[in-house]
Amino acid sequence: MPSTREIRRRIVSVKKTAQITSAMEKVAQAKMARAQQAALAGRPYAELMNRVLGEVVSHAGDFDHPFMKARGGENRALILVTTDKGMCGSINSNLLRKVTNEFVTDHTRVIAAGRKGAQHTARVGWNLAAEFPYSDTPVFSEARAIARMAVELFENAEVDHVDIAFTNFVNTLTQKPEVQTLLPITEIKGVQAGVEGEEMATELPGGTAEFLFEPSAGGVLGALLPHYINFQVHQILLEAKASEFSSKMVAMKNATDNANDLIKDLTLEFNKMRQAAITNELLEITTAQMALGN
Amino acid sequence: MAETLKLEIVTPESKIYSEDVEMVTLPGSEGEAGIYPNHVPLMTQVQAGEIIVKRGGNEEIVAIGEGFAEVTGDHVAILTDNAANSDDIDEATAEEARTKAEQRLAESGDISEEEARALNQAILYSEAQIKAKRRKRS
Repeated sequence: MPSTREIRRRIVSVKKTAQITSAMEKVAQAKMARAQQAALAGRPYAELMNRVLGEVVSHAGDFDHPFMKARGGENRALILVTTDKGMCGSINSNLLRKVTNEFVTDHTRVIAAGRKGAQHTARVGWNLAAEFPYSDTPVFSEARAIARMAVELFENAEVDHVDIAFTNFVNTLTQKPEVQTLLPITEIKGVQAGVEGEEMATELPGGTAEFLFEPSAGGVLGALLPHYINFQVHQILLEAKASEFSSKMVAMKNATDNANDLIKDLTLEFNKMRQAAITNELLEITTAQMALGN
Repeated sequence: MAETLKLEIVTPESKIYSEDVEMVTLPGSEGEAGIYPNHVPLMTQVQAGEIIVKRGGNEEIVAIGEGFAEVTGDHVAILTDNAANSDDIDEATAEEARTKAEQRLAESGDISEEEARALNQAILYSEAQIKAKRRKRS
């Protein structure tokens, strides 16, 4: 049976924990909003890229680019987008479970973005090719560095296939682990559809106006594809960040609620004990009085 | 009232520039290209460098990284990784980036063609930034 003092000490400590988790919740909320805004800020770029792609693809005719050639080998690279820090619910473990079951083989090289993924890779003995950091509000140059690494592996034929695994932001409460193929760009169809399944997908205007191309439609397309990949990676990083913070927000909210429940229980316990002590004392006093009065 | 072009410069992170202008000079892949209103529709690669904009009788300079331009009769849209308005440029940072890229280019003999090209673009971009900044000040 703990003493009242011990219980009081516990209440104080739990209160402090609740304060911290509720502060973390608010920070996560703000950062999530920032990541979402940053993703929205890329919309004009995506629209323009779709326009350019639409024109170029319809003029380029039978176009062949190394990025679009499926080689069918079994060497793969997987870009694993995880968080740097924990305390964000189960999004990392969900993602890692998904890739463990379905994607990682002995022929897979892992490019880790985010520390958790790198740690897991080292722990289970996957083949880690590189680790990249990315900040809480990912900037384009970070995405470019990751994409360049993947593209280099692909171009040097060290891998024949590049996937990217990340946590898709469905809404504040739901995040879904997902794996998308980055390279080879699946047929020209994928390019034509613009920014794949992203919510910002717009109708391609198609090749209406007679455009001149400099140096040529094929040349422009060839030069455009790396940018296309960079942009995809950038959007995925932003998406992953939004997921991380919304998951963290929910986890921290639960932690705060639990702490508050615990405080309530402990306070009740504390009051009960205090009352018991008072009753005891009273009892003693009356007994003594009765003994004296006799 | 002379006809104008709508010039838009977008990066993955934001829309840097969006104004009605009288003329734009682009660092195209085949040399500089001056674009006036009613230009033939054109898609072109652009090099890192400076875009010279004539707006309201004044000249403005915007530094851009490599990218693409879509030109139609009434607008010019530029898609690029990096762009900086002269107001946002920090000369020291740009200078430092240039020196770093130049060093890397000079020191390492065995860099790939791809990387050398990227470094050259980086140098051009930093130079354009510095130039745009200086022009603004004078």
